[in-house]
Amino acid sequence: MIELDDTDRALLRALVADATQKSSTLGRRLGLSQPATWRRIRRLTETGVIAGRRLDLDAEKLGFGVTVFLGVKLATKGRVSLEDFERAVTAIPEVQSVQHVLGLYDYRLRVTARDLADFERVLRRRIMTLPGVGNVEANVLLSEERRPGPIG
Amino acid sequence: MDVERTLRVGPKNDAGGLAKNHLNDRKSFINVFFGKIIMLDDTDRRLLRHLQAHPEMTVSDLADVTGIAPATCYKRLDRLHDSGVIRATRAVINWAALGYAVEVSLRITLDKTQPRAFDEFLAAARDIAEVTEIQTFLGRVDTRLSVLARDMGHYQEIYRTRILSLPHIADIEALMNVATIKDAESLPI
Repeated sequence: MIELDDTDRALLRALVADATQKSSTLGRRLGLSQPATWRRIRRLTETGVIAGRRLDLDAEKLGFGVTVFLGVKLATKGRVSLEDFERAVTAIPEVQSVQHVLGLYDYRLRVTARDLADFERVLRRRIMTLPGVGNVEANVLLSEERRPGPIG
Repeated sequence: MDVERTLRVGPKNDAGGLAKNHLNDRKSFINVFFGKIIMLDDTDRRLLRHLQAHPEMTVSDLADVTGIAPATCYKRLDRLHDSGVIRATRAVINWAALGYAVEVSLRITLDKTQPRAFDEFLAAARDIAEVTEIQTFLGRVDTRLSVLARDMGHYQEIYRTRILSLPHIADIEALMNVATIKDAESLPI
């Protein structure tokens, strides 16, 4: 675990907004020299604070109009291995994220689809046929905002 | 192919001269705005698929891997950026490396007899630094917050002092994240 100063936090916020910025551009904005900026980015990367990059696409413009969060409860715990369920669920292209959770459900899935009819197809053919799947609860996403979190 | 040809009719009629180039260059990006949806051809989809799987790739690497000429790659990517299909390439923060070991999903039902419940709740939730995601839903729960904490003691403190004091909460359910199995959030292009 590493300690961050205000400059590191500002740097992280800038890289979350756009990771392709050059260290010279970032340095100018933050009042740092290019080598100093580069050293800080290298430290954040080497310590694993920056885990990688993600391409942020406009799902709606690509025709994916519906995002649904599913809470999945496994029906036959013990008989079906979690590995089998996880392997099968991660292989579904429409499933964007899978979290193993503790609480009312066992798994939390983020599913994308073109429209509600397409979602129904994914749910019936892909999700409900997963090994060990039990109770499923669906919530359709209306709005979403990402916050900077503790680096804000 | 039929669908693509039909869709090309739109800008041909609207954009006059521009459409001639468009028809001549049969491989060109089909930048037809059909409602909000932007039609892509196979080249665009191939680029997006690769870039989605490897966002750190340089354009020249991308050209090598896909077999698409570098100049075409640059042109296509520029258009994908300009049309807003690609919003950004973002750095991903590993919160655990910063000491945030606990991640909790709070599913919240609001008191809908209060007409301003959603607005006031969301505005107050934005003020909590440990909240990384705010979503609203149509379904059994109204809203969900992703909350980070250093440990269970820290979570307890955030929950008691910041979360429970948020306005118009009728019910809260917590799901604690044990493991993230998949989080690429990629689209099946």
